[in-house]
Amino acid sequence: MSEKPIVLDPTSDDVAAVVADPTVVRATDAPAPADHGPIGTAAVAHPLVRVEDAARWFDVSPPWLERVLARRPRIDLRAVDGVSFDIARGETFALVGESGCGKSTVARMLVGLYGLTRGTILFDGQPLENMNKPGGRDIRRRLQMIFQDPYASLNPRWRVGRIIAEPLLTHTKMTPGERVARVSELLKQVGLDPADQQRYPHQFSGGQRQRISIARALAVQPDLLVCDEPTSALDVSVQAQVLNLMKDLQRSLGLTYVFISHNLAVVHHVADRVAVMYLGRIVEVAPRDALFERPRHPYTRMLLEAIPDMHGEGRARTRVAGEVPNPLNPPSGCTFHPRCPHANDRCRVEPPKSIVAGLNVVACHGVEEGRLD
Amino acid sequence: MSTAPLLEVRNLCVEFPSRRGTLRALNDVSFSIGAGEVLGVVGESGAGKSLTGASIIGLLEPPGRVASGEILLAGRRIDNLSDDEMRRVRGREIGAVFQDPLTSLNPLYTVGHQLAETIVTHLPMTWAQARNRAVELLASTGIPAARERIDHYPHQFSGGMRQRVVIALALAAEPKLIVADEPTTALDVSIQAQIIELLKKLCREHGASVMLITHDMGVIAETADRVAVMYAGRVVEIGPVSQVIHHPAHPYSAGLMGSIPTLDRHVQRLVQIDGSMPRLTAIPPGCAFNPRCSQRMERCTRERPELLPAGPTQAACWLHDQEVTA
Repeated sequence: MSEKPIVLDPTSDDVAAVVADPTVVRATDAPAPADHGPIGTAAVAHPLVRVEDAARWFDVSPPWLERVLARRPRIDLRAVDGVSFDIARGETFALVGESGCGKSTVARMLVGLYGLTRGTILFDGQPLENMNKPGGRDIRRRLQMIFQDPYASLNPRWRVGRIIAEPLLTHTKMTPGERVARVSELLKQVGLDPADQQRYPHQFSGGQRQRISIARALAVQPDLLVCDEPTSALDVSVQAQVLNLMKDLQRSLGLTYVFISHNLAVVHHVADRVAVMYLGRIVEVAPRDALFERPRHPYTRMLLEAIPDMHGEGRARTRVAGEVPNPLNPPSGCTFHPRCPHANDRCRVEPPKSIVAGLNVVACHGVEEGRLD
Repeated sequence: MSTAPLLEVRNLCVEFPSRRGTLRALNDVSFSIGAGEVLGVVGESGAGKSLTGASIIGLLEPPGRVASGEILLAGRRIDNLSDDEMRRVRGREIGAVFQDPLTSLNPLYTVGHQLAETIVTHLPMTWAQARNRAVELLASTGIPAARERIDHYPHQFSGGMRQRVVIALALAAEPKLIVADEPTTALDVSIQAQIIELLKKLCREHGASVMLITHDMGVIAETADRVAVMYAGRVVEIGPVSQVIHHPAHPYSAGLMGSIPTLDRHVQRLVQIDGSMPRLTAIPPGCAFNPRCSQRMERCTRERPELLPAGPTQAACWLHDQEVTA
């Protein structure tokens, strides 16, 4: 690990100010107070997951010696820079955004694959770091992840039976016979044949492999499934099969999903609540219908405008200008201001705080000042 | 389209010889594209849409080869041209835009060099004239400060900007047809919208026809005039875009459209086509879709349907056989 003592970023003051003292919550196991601050919480009383001002920076500086000789400062890539949201039990919480906005980093933070540079993540009232302490293994069991690429996420040298049974070996004391029985049951649950245990991943199509990934994730009966672009590598008809399967499983097993995708139409289909990310921050969180019918943040509006829709032939769309800026050198103030048609001087200097606007929670000066409806 | 079509593909078959016998990847594909028309080609991976594009540009990877059928560009056969002759057609008469803009550009030359080279090769211009034209082309694709950026290398451009360069390159010699194979798949949605808009605008201005290959129905709906749906190496339905999207005549097109989540309707479950596309080694007899089809008849397992008129579209499905229904 690096030698750095992490200095809190001054721009986080705004976030810290709105979130009512996160350290207090960490000390107790009791459910957090209901009116806990406006950012992304949108009235979730006893969330399964509470993320508070979580940040993850990556050190992308040149090697130490080079840096010292050239008298260059350290460079941090702020992949995620202060996000806060709650996830209620049984809901599907979607994170959307374009490449490089930090959505996959959030996914990895949620399952503990990346540590936090700042902030906290509470899973069922306990800090996520507890998973590394004695007795914390149960947290790991309850959090499982499905990855985007079903070709890279299954070991090609293992038979499917062994792949799915691996988490059982780690987390349960099942006998080999019990494990085989459980794997058969799981394979049936995801629409495959129990006899498929004997086969290797390369003998399956992309959609079938994604079913194997789902079976593996479900093996230890998790509460939360973090799905990072689970269908973007699949063809549409196969995507429909996998999305239907995920919905059925959610209903029968009471699962909570974090669903990460760049495809807004898919998110519209699966999500209960949606968070929109831009350059490492959440710009808007809202229930699905509120977000799609009445988007507030200019970036959300731009994204919705940009989707080519099957039913929108000949629709005059507003032109979307510009590209996502370099995250190593993000714009000052509101990071969206260079592309925003409504930006003014305040947007160029002051990062916006999240405010409640109807059902939406949105970080935009324009909405706050009433310049945007 | 009263005049002869710009591009006509007749009974095209593409085969790959392999150790286990010859695989037929395209089987009897026929369609045409009129002057100034945008034809969308959709289908899932392995349906043969990219292969159709590659056969038209004459860039089939060996051992793949055109086994039978004809490809005519403005009435002239181009499928049996020699490599030298085809090289003159490619770029001059047919432009190509591929999915990954980084691999379509040579990393060792500036974009200006690559543009000017294409122009000088195909048009009677000097290098200096070509360079000026390259600047104009770059500017017309919406690249800011084109005069400076022309001396930059491909790696200095972002993904969206690179795709603009590739479009400029495809249009450099004023071709009559652009084959665009998944031109926006590698790009983010906001950039994707810009590129589609640009492709539409430039092709309209230059009067070029477009064959737009993609798996994204939204892109097709917004861009194409007509659409061809491919399945297992065959065209299963072809017709006006709104007709195929809203009233598909082939059960596969219907399943495909229903399986796409959209923003304007709420459904609990998406339409699901069970199973997956057959491998080339195991294409079922009769209609290739019959094992997955909910409206299968006995005849479908025996006889292969050709494209039959089905209202405003044509569908390769026995449900539309007039002799039986009449």
